[in-house]
Amino acid sequence: MRHLDDAALSRLREAVSEPDLSDTRYRLLSVAGRGGMGTVYVAEDALLSRKVALKVLELTNAPETLLRREATMLASLEHPGIVPVHDAGTLPDGRIWYAMKLVQGERLDEALQRPPGLIERLRIFLHICETVAFAHAHGVLHRDLKPQNIMIGSFGEVLVLDWGLARLFGDGDDRARAGTPGFSAPEPHNDAQADVYSLGAILSQMQPLPAAVQAIALKATAGRGERYATVAALADDIDRFLEGAAVSAVAEGPWQKSARWLSRHRVAAGIVGAYLAGRGLIFFFTGH
Amino acid sequence: MNRILVGVLVGGALGILDGLTAWFTPEARAGLLGIVIGSTFKGLVAGAIIGVFARKVNHLGWTLLFGTFIGALLAFFIAQMQGKYYLQIILPGSLVGLLTGYATYRYGPKPAVQLQ
Repeated sequence: MRHLDDAALSRLREAVSEPDLSDTRYRLLSVAGRGGMGTVYVAEDALLSRKVALKVLELTNAPETLLRREATMLASLEHPGIVPVHDAGTLPDGRIWYAMKLVQGERLDEALQRPPGLIERLRIFLHICETVAFAHAHGVLHRDLKPQNIMIGSFGEVLVLDWGLARLFGDGDDRARAGTPGFSAPEPHNDAQADVYSLGAILSQMQPLPAAVQAIALKATAGRGERYATVAALADDIDRFLEGAAVSAVAEGPWQKSARWLSRHRVAAGIVGAYLAGRGLIFFFTGH
Repeated sequence: MNRILVGVLVGGALGILDGLTAWFTPEARAGLLGIVIGSTFKGLVAGAIIGVFARKVNHLGWTLLFGTFIGALLAFFIAQMQGKYYLQIILPGSLVGLLTGYATYRYGPKPAVQLQ
């Protein structure tokens, strides 16, 4: 009897788990990645001649209702920061699948290996906040925000991915913990503040950061009483920092206030400074 | 904010500052209010003229030169009214014109490109 080697066995296993899409208009091209609830494939939509991302629930994994719920939830959230769902269905073997836009780009954790400038990093962060705030406004919590679940598209678009653990506010066990260690809030509550904590953890990964933004990240990951109550409040503080205004996370002393004021009005300060320097020289040489 | 407005605001602000520096000349302190008002008016007029020039010419070097010239010219008129302190009035006036010219060019919007 001939034994199969490991490589052949692995190929056989892949072939068995490969979804049968013969009844659909999609043709598998490659595996894009494996997530907590299923595998994402790159597939071709034969009808529209375009590539799509196809997520298929693993046979031995989470219950089907979860993937169906993820698809339904995603389809209900129409936002530029959320990948649109094109289609959904069930395979002959009972597995659930849904097709969505194939996002080309780089994951945030990869992008941060060569960190872009501070303004660009904060722009990306504000886009993530906008998307999460939009989901919260529609009653949806992401519950697994981390750099690996953020995609930066080729044209700078920022997309929040993997809504597999997402849940509606007040849906199911509110105290059940979810997410990834290091990015999920320590307390067993699933509310907007849990996503605020994850956003704070993402922000603190966007190093190097100035002291004021570090303070914002610390406030976002602080205990529940001290944390930003909403994602909008967190985003407002980042906006204020970008405008050169005082941020709620920092208690400023008079020197810090003056330095920030000068930095914010550096044009006016520069012109007045140049005038006074010139006037001083005139005074020095003419005595008047 | 268009260039004329930038010129008027910067010229006016520097005019006030320029007038206030007369406090350092003891014999001029008694007439400080009149000097500040006159200097502010001079700054506003210079700023408006420099703003119009910067909008028409759109060239940093020429705007700086023109700003300095206008500042010096208006200061010369003021000095002639006094009949003294020519250098002490013209030099700061030129500086106000130079800085107003820079601010007007740098911070006023660039004129739209004319398509053929």
